[in-house]
Amino acid sequence: MSLPSDGLVVVAKRDCPTCRLVEPVLHELSADGTPLAVIVQDDPAYAADLPGQIHDATLETSYRLGIDIVPTLIRMAGGAEVERTYGWHRDDWQRIGGRDNLGADLPPMRPGCGSRTQDPGVAESLAVRFGNTGLSAREVTIGDAEDPVEACFERGWSDGLPVVPPTAERVLRMLQGTQRDASEVIGHVPPDLAPCTVEKVAINAVMAGCKPEYMPVVLAAVEAALEDEFGMHGVLCTTMFCGPMVVVNGPVARSIGMNSGVNALGQGNRANATIGRALQLVIRNVGGGRPGEIDRAALGTPGKYTFCFAEAEDPCWESLSVQRGFSPDASTVTLFAGEGVQTVVDQKSRTPESLARTFAACLRVVDHPKLAMAGDAFLVVSPEHCNVFAAAGWSKARLLEELDQLLQLPGEEMIAGAQGIAEGLPAKFADKMVPKFRPGGLNIVRVGGTAGLFSAVIAGWAASGPTGSSPVTREIGS
Amino acid sequence: MTDQILLDPTAERSAAERPSAPRPTSLHGRTVGLLDISKPRGDVFLSRLDELLTGRGVNVRHYRKPTFTRPAPAELYQQLTRECDVVVEGLAD
Repeated sequence: MSLPSDGLVVVAKRDCPTCRLVEPVLHELSADGTPLAVIVQDDPAYAADLPGQIHDATLETSYRLGIDIVPTLIRMAGGAEVERTYGWHRDDWQRIGGRDNLGADLPPMRPGCGSRTQDPGVAESLAVRFGNTGLSAREVTIGDAEDPVEACFERGWSDGLPVVPPTAERVLRMLQGTQRDASEVIGHVPPDLAPCTVEKVAINAVMAGCKPEYMPVVLAAVEAALEDEFGMHGVLCTTMFCGPMVVVNGPVARSIGMNSGVNALGQGNRANATIGRALQLVIRNVGGGRPGEIDRAALGTPGKYTFCFAEAEDPCWESLSVQRGFSPDASTVTLFAGEGVQTVVDQKSRTPESLARTFAACLRVVDHPKLAMAGDAFLVVSPEHCNVFAAAGWSKARLLEELDQLLQLPGEEMIAGAQGIAEGLPAKFADKMVPKFRPGGLNIVRVGGTAGLFSAVIAGWAASGPTGSSPVTREIGS
Repeated sequence: MTDQILLDPTAERSAAERPSAPRPTSLHGRTVGLLDISKPRGDVFLSRLDELLTGRGVNVRHYRKPTFTRPAPAELYQQLTRECDVVVEGLAD
């Protein structure tokens, strides 16, 4: 498509009132024979009687000219752009157009409208068709008759549920959700220790069904999983149950609509469901961590599809994030090598002492009632249970202290062979009191709907701590 | 949308084309399925293969597609997957 190398270019669309307003001005501009190209983005009836009118049906010309707003007036000289203006500003148009008294009947100024190249989803498509996407992932061309969703299954890219096919357009849109460079390497993903770029995270986030605005959370979750303390390699490879559980704190949880309330640990919320899934797809696809190969879980857990929720933060209790040293204004992800969700039913306790004893009794069974200092745990306290503590002035920290005391267990009940059960601690603990959890091994979050005197224990990997996995909290960036 | 071009979500350590399933190094003690797709004289070719394979101590089983014009029914390929280590198919007449 040829534009005048010396002359004027106007880009317009008929749908724009300002473009219609300036239509007579285009005739004034071309009246003296100055070469004028009028690039029309929508209805070719616009300026149809001008010889330089070009219908830009594919928007390629508009894209190549970098048009954001219509009308845009550009002066070309020697094949290069010299100056441009957008909207209608009589003074600018007169200067760039090189004449006086343009649009004498028009108001001096009218703002323009958005270029069609900026319509939702269009910019990414144009970049793929006509530009340089800046993406570096290998392109995989599938057969004309192949269903893209099925193709992803066939290539082993799925966790067993359908994924959204990662087209370049979708990946570009996903990358709009972060300010980070697509080529930035954020770490090396086990088990293959493959370098992982922001772009690879975006591809897997597309497949998981994320919205672009979730990207900062997904990136923080992947980075947390890659921290040495989290021990993602072992979390993946173990014959035990665990997978990365993601707890989100701070303003971002509300901004992206995460669920911390009714059914927060269950299905139905897009952000909860897809952020946890995106992390697992990164482990699978970038890291090569597939069940039956390096992932040797004897049973696994449904949370290995996705396990992500937000804390129902409330002034009555410090949030997990604050307890772990972050500002109340910070948004964070906390990763925990979590297993399944075990119910705690207590509909009768009305005092914090009684309810704390219930919690202790239920926490004692983590791993096995006769094992200790093995798996960490998260205690998920519902709002109604939390109210029992808040009404009595018990902070979250106070509850943790009380549970530490209640979970000092008599070694004689715990040793191998005691109670007719071979499993248990070594005999040397027989005359000692044994803490159920290692120091810092128990964490509490407030989560759930406002009705229900129920809480939950989420047990951690039995190799919790420095030898296996410790919870990792990381601030969410942009 | 360019729906037929996808971006590789993996670390790109294997070929973009799907690899063939690994081939056994020996047929000894394995079960070979002979799949007749119902094309003329496919049975002649497959019977001869049966003689040659059986003579070498290979377990041979016979299967038949109802018609060569359509893909195998799900029951048939599931049965092949369950019962055979290797499948030989007579594709043309």
